[in-house]
Amino acid sequence: MLLVVRDLTVALPIGGRLVPIVESVSFTLGAREILGIVGESGSGKSVTSLAIMGLIDVPGARVSGSVRFRGRELVGLAPRAYRALRGREIAMIFQDPMTAFTPVYTVGRQIDEQIRVHQKISRADARSRTVRLLGDMGVPDPERVAGRYPHQLSGGLRQRAMIAMALSCNPALLIADEPTTALDVTVQAQILDLLRGLRREYGSSVLLITHDMGVVAETCDRTLVLYSGLVAERGPTGALFAQPGHPYTAALLDSIPPLHGPRPARLPSIPGSPPAPAERPAGCPFAPRCAYAHEACAVRPALVASGVQDVACVLPAEGRPLPPRFVAEMSA
Amino acid sequence: MVMTVLRRLGQTLFVLVGISVLVFLVFFATPGADPTARIAGRNASPETMARVRVEYGFDRPLPVQYARMMEKLFVTRDLTSYVNRGQKVVPEILEAAPVTVSLVSGAAVIWVVLSVVMGVIAAALRGSWVDRGLMMLGLVGISIPVFWLGQVVNLVTQSRYHESWLFSWVPGLGYVPLTEDPLGWFRALALPWLTLAVLFVGIYSRVLRADLVAVQSEDFMRTARAKGLSPARVLLVHGLRTSMITFVSLFGLDFAQLVGGGALLTEVVFGLQGVGRLTYQALSNLDLPLIMATVMYSAVFVVIANAVVDMLYLLLDPRVRDGR
Repeated sequence: MLLVVRDLTVALPIGGRLVPIVESVSFTLGAREILGIVGESGSGKSVTSLAIMGLIDVPGARVSGSVRFRGRELVGLAPRAYRALRGREIAMIFQDPMTAFTPVYTVGRQIDEQIRVHQKISRADARSRTVRLLGDMGVPDPERVAGRYPHQLSGGLRQRAMIAMALSCNPALLIADEPTTALDVTVQAQILDLLRGLRREYGSSVLLITHDMGVVAETCDRTLVLYSGLVAERGPTGALFAQPGHPYTAALLDSIPPLHGPRPARLPSIPGSPPAPAERPAGCPFAPRCAYAHEACAVRPALVASGVQDVACVLPAEGRPLPPRFVAEMSA
Repeated sequence: MVMTVLRRLGQTLFVLVGISVLVFLVFFATPGADPTARIAGRNASPETMARVRVEYGFDRPLPVQYARMMEKLFVTRDLTSYVNRGQKVVPEILEAAPVTVSLVSGAAVIWVVLSVVMGVIAAALRGSWVDRGLMMLGLVGISIPVFWLGQVVNLVTQSRYHESWLFSWVPGLGYVPLTEDPLGWFRALALPWLTLAVLFVGIYSRVLRADLVAVQSEDFMRTARAKGLSPARVLLVHGLRTSMITFVSLFGLDFAQLVGGGALLTEVVFGLQGVGRLTYQALSNLDLPLIMATVMYSAVFVVIANAVVDMLYLLLDPRVRDGR
């Protein structure tokens, strides 16, 4: 396993006390695998990814649990050792390519910088690698693009440059935090294609963070559903889409417009909104919004196996799992 | 880019003309005040009055008077003072300008270097006692009145401890031209530089620290850290470089304002015959030609400095270069 996360808990100081934003999140990621982390805004997706990168620098924040990358523990790793890892073995792509580049330097210079921080090569060699990478990412006229400033490029080009920068040191793990959210739909599809191609061409594993179930279905081998900082469900994407075990997963899937059959007059949505981290109920955090809530939900459900998935819900154990969904052929 | 520069120069010229018209109207076309009588002096004979009136064109319409005045200021440069008859105003300013420029430039070097160092250290150690100490020091610097500080410095270095080894190098008050004696120039100005810089070190280090702290939460700073760069590199190469944009605009205005005569208090305390002091004299004697000339001189500097800041913007911020 490339990455093994066990009971990762991130607590941030809010209003004078430590509030857990992410609680006991566990998952694994194999080589050349794409794992999707799905959830609403505020579910702890980004915090999880930043914790893996060691980039949580809020004063007083506490990260506990274990993150093992290639067998090496990352939680509590010395800053210097973490720095050598960051950008070289674990790289990250951010949501908004508009603001993720420093505005006063050319894109090429920023990619060169990352290469030269991790490897002792000359400026000219770094630049030729930058240009090659940009070309690989489908950037037309990469030489010229490398000499341009971020604001002179379109969103799609910028995100391609961002991915080129992330891949510049051949990282084993790429964390993509909502890489397509800020882009046009057509550009989204191109960027997802690019991400899928990475494992073939670069042998990278990808942790894809998104709130878009459509993106997950198209891209990810396995899926982790987060709700309010807790794992709701995890399992192979196909199985999870065919028979969701958690009512939250099912509700997320119901809110995607169907491709086949009659068009619904109004898409179902989940009533209410997720609880703030400081006001999470003691029991199942989804219970207040759940159609299946009953007395048993007052106790926080443990993550139990149900079929090929793990589900944090009492329904499968009570012998009344959710019904399977009709799923038209999925792109594997 | 060339267009941007040209357009900017055009604006500069326009602003300068506007200021000169305004100053002219305020001082020479105020109803009830007859400039002829002031120029000719008390108890002047009618012949003298008539001569002055013709020379300055006070018997002609205002636009002609304005043109005469500008001609005397910029072309023939023979505008004379009302108070010291025969004293030509323009050479007087040209003589005072090097003093002020020397004073302000030296102080500027000190305050830029010190405030960048202080601001960066405070931002890097944000929340620590070093940060708090430096910012407190900055606040103290801002609060000290410059004339008081100057007097104390003089008291210590000129009389009390002048004979001690520490301050025996300090020369008497006054200015030594750089071309005559570079070392003397430096010694004469070292203390005035420091005195003038104290206030600005305080302001600039606090502004820079605030900017650096604000920039920390930007996405591109997170990207820089995610690249595996060291904290120092993230702060200096990505943070400081971006924060410099505000710093430079502030600097341009303050520098111009000081060169234009704003260093008056420091000049007076340290006995430097600079432009600030000249302006002060002109105002207290209501010496209209000298006021006109010093205000124009000051305006020229402020406007030129603004233009220079805008050019620097083009260098510092590629987004401005593309007119965004």
